[in-house]
Amino acid sequence: MSEHRIELTVNGNRHIARVEARTSLGEFLRDTLGYTGTHLACEHGVCGACTVMVDGDAMRSCLTLAVQADGAAVTTVEGLAQADGTLHPVQQALRDNFGLQCGFCTPGVAITMAAVTRDNEGADSGAMEEGLTQAMSGHICRCTGYQGIRRAIRQLAGVSA
Amino acid sequence: MKPAPFDYVRPSSVAEACRILDEAGGGATVIAGGQTLMPLLNLRMSQPFILVDINGIAALKGVARVEGGIRVGPATRQADALRDETLARHLPAFTRALGHVGHHQTRNRGTIGGSIALGEPAAEMPATAVALGASIEIASVRGTRQVPADAFYVGPYMTVLEPDELVTGIVYPDWPQGHLVLFREVAQRPGDFALVGLVGALALEGGAISRAGIAWFGMGPTPVRARQAEAALLGAERARIDPHAIARAAVADTAPFDDHHASAEYRRTVGQRVFARALSETLDLRSAA
Repeated sequence: MSEHRIELTVNGNRHIARVEARTSLGEFLRDTLGYTGTHLACEHGVCGACTVMVDGDAMRSCLTLAVQADGAAVTTVEGLAQADGTLHPVQQALRDNFGLQCGFCTPGVAITMAAVTRDNEGADSGAMEEGLTQAMSGHICRCTGYQGIRRAIRQLAGVSA
Repeated sequence: MKPAPFDYVRPSSVAEACRILDEAGGGATVIAGGQTLMPLLNLRMSQPFILVDINGIAALKGVARVEGGIRVGPATRQADALRDETLARHLPAFTRALGHVGHHQTRNRGTIGGSIALGEPAAEMPATAVALGASIEIASVRGTRQVPADAFYVGPYMTVLEPDELVTGIVYPDWPQGHLVLFREVAQRPGDFALVGLVGALALEGGAISRAGIAWFGMGPTPVRARQAEAALLGAERARIDPHAIARAAVADTAPFDDHHASAEYRRTVGQRVFARALSETLDLRSAA
């Protein structure tokens, strides 16, 4: 068993901590740093609830060790909205279209959507819709039947419903 | 915390990684992207004493043209390889297959070498390496060696890799400009493991097949090279190829399992159909099923 000193930023805030090697990034964010917006569910990479951005890319925080995030810039769902509470466009689109019910999967969904909309910035509506829809294969939602999420995607892509 | 306790080291060179693997005497496991290893650790199906993280080794990352082919560093992220223009231009079958590996979120962290070294029988990357005739570069304190991909896999999740060895590169040979891609995957959902899949490359010269490399995934304990189909295609005139006969020959080489997703019989039946369809489309033949 080994402990390691790590230094990283989460939503722009700098954190220095000691972590046991076997601690996942998701557990570390929740239990050590208190970013409980990130939800852990299956913990083997299937459900997508724990998705966070590491250096800008959407990844599973249950499949990344905290020690591997040393030096990284992490963004969690708490980092999406602006300081004044203005929602990120993906959060607004999910809200406008009832793209969530219980909300358990939503932090991961919103993180993936934020990363994919940023990567496809300037792309045409079709490419944006396709990119977002494909990326949603990495998330499981047990409430919405996905239709609300798909409506949110169409709103983000500027496709008329 | 789910995994059993382990030590963690992050070597900065291949030599250092090999030394650690050697000293661990079989108790170490290499982690790159961890997209399959982390679930195994979380489920405690894997309990290494030491995790050797190779993400800090610059020599193991990136895609480069080499004499006669393209070398992919094992720690190259799948998402980066998917965006790589050299691979897309010269080895379109690789790029096509890679798009089916996992999900957006797992490709951002998962690596090419991780997929190759794991040897999941239903995975795309091992079969692609076998189909394209890739060779696996391996290092240890005992030296280096190269193993052809189709001799690398010995069973489900089993390869010829010894506990002290590290995959240091995957070298894909050049294929003729303008060669054709053969690809089909049947899965329950995008990103799921394939129930049946095939990947390959076909080169034509003067209207006849001059080179063929085809492998199945999800159709046996390892990636399965469709040797009989390759042999039947080689030298055949495009217009005279019977895709159904070739598909039967291709399925004859497989040894699929029954599992809770599909029976072996289903895999053979669907495999033959999708093989014939893929071949017809790729070669633009009329008698598509």
